[in-house]
Amino acid sequence: MDTYYHAKDLAKFSDIGHDAPELWKKFSDWYGAVFAEGALTEREKALIALGVAHAVQCPYCIDAYTTTSLEKGATPEQMTEAVHVAAAIRGGASLVHGVQMRNQLEKLSM
Amino acid sequence: MGLITLLNANNPLADAATQRATLAALPLRRSFEEALSASGQPALHATGLSVLQMNVGRRCNQACRHCHVDAGPDRTEVMTDQVIDACLALLETSDIPTLDITGGAPELHPAFRDIVRRARAAGRHVMDRCNLTITRLPNYAYLPEFLAEHRVEVVASLPSVGARQTDAQRGEGVFDDSIAALRAFNALGYGVDGSGLEINLVTNPVGAFLPGAQRSLEADWKRELQRRFGIRFNRLFTITNMPISRYLQYLIDSGNLQAYMDRLVTAFNPAAVDGLMCRFTLSVSWDGRLYDCDFNQMIDLPTAGDAPHTIFDATIARLAGRRVAIGPHCFGCTAGAGSSCGGATTERTERTV
Repeated sequence: MDTYYHAKDLAKFSDIGHDAPELWKKFSDWYGAVFAEGALTEREKALIALGVAHAVQCPYCIDAYTTTSLEKGATPEQMTEAVHVAAAIRGGASLVHGVQMRNQLEKLSM
Repeated sequence: MGLITLLNANNPLADAATQRATLAALPLRRSFEEALSASGQPALHATGLSVLQMNVGRRCNQACRHCHVDAGPDRTEVMTDQVIDACLALLETSDIPTLDITGGAPELHPAFRDIVRRARAAGRHVMDRCNLTITRLPNYAYLPEFLAEHRVEVVASLPSVGARQTDAQRGEGVFDDSIAALRAFNALGYGVDGSGLEINLVTNPVGAFLPGAQRSLEADWKRELQRRFGIRFNRLFTITNMPISRYLQYLIDSGNLQAYMDRLVTAFNPAAVDGLMCRFTLSVSWDGRLYDCDFNQMIDLPTAGDAPHTIFDATIARLAGRRVAIGPHCFGCTAGAGSSCGGATTERTERTV
């Protein structure tokens, strides 16, 4: 089946550096530093990344951080909760703009 | 899943040569020899002999999905008295400090208690690779007290602190039985500070991925097992699943074999090479043949070159410095933080008990 996304393409991520190697290096170095153990553990960061991957709906990131979360010792239950966190924030972001709607509604209504 | 092994299902992968050929046919970025060479170690040699590991048989009361032994209730291989005597004689006439008893479920061997008694009488440290549920069988309920009496280190398998993942890997009801078994061990002093009775847990990933960081997982598990079940243990060992026997079949069935092997290869860690267990372990099969590790035993890759091939020919002098037999499966022990029967090889700590 022809599709925009192919799982094997995830392994070609670094190819983006071919025509802009310095920018790729800066990104890679920063990326590695972001996910290293710090005030948050590697597992916490992986779960955050998993949630964000669902929020931005990046299939490459979902693939990569499902594996990474497992390899950092996260359980399926923890990973599912992380996805729900993402969904709750996305849903909440829509819902809280309802305050804006209500402001305008009150302004326009008798 | 029915309790049946590859062997008794007439599965082609029950044949070690078929397994070796399956792995050899995989296109990998580099061979294990090339990885070693690139890390400055052209060949792997034993550096000493501190663990004699006896695989006393392939019979087991469980049939775990990830088992590299293809152990199960329908296996009949049992170590003979002659092989047992030769193993214990080597122990008694050398300074090998540790006897590691494994299987299958080693406690099912009729001579298990005699082996423990004799090794302890010789002043050796003894490890029992225990699946925990064996102690819940009526005829084996004596085990926790027996092991405590002889101060045997219990190395118990538990893949997860939750029932779903544990049972998915090890069989329905195994988690609950394991918790009950751990409580019984704790009641005898195992895992209690200052008791001198050591119980360590082994976790293998429940699927096609590398294990998490051992130290961090250990802290989590200690907190969760204490909080949820009041259970204590000493150390957690993370072990990478090896592409051998039933785990190899799982990788094939799930379409993960190539990706998993690629992962092992790209995760090769030169720092894990020094602590490889094949460098200080001798593995003896139920029929007395010698291997550099239990994985080599199951894939039937015997000791190499002029090294003795059976326990009857074994001497410390002939085993010292021997070249280790290697293959693509060895990437399993050098991936990430490294892996061994004692957990991550880049986090190895000296025995304190």
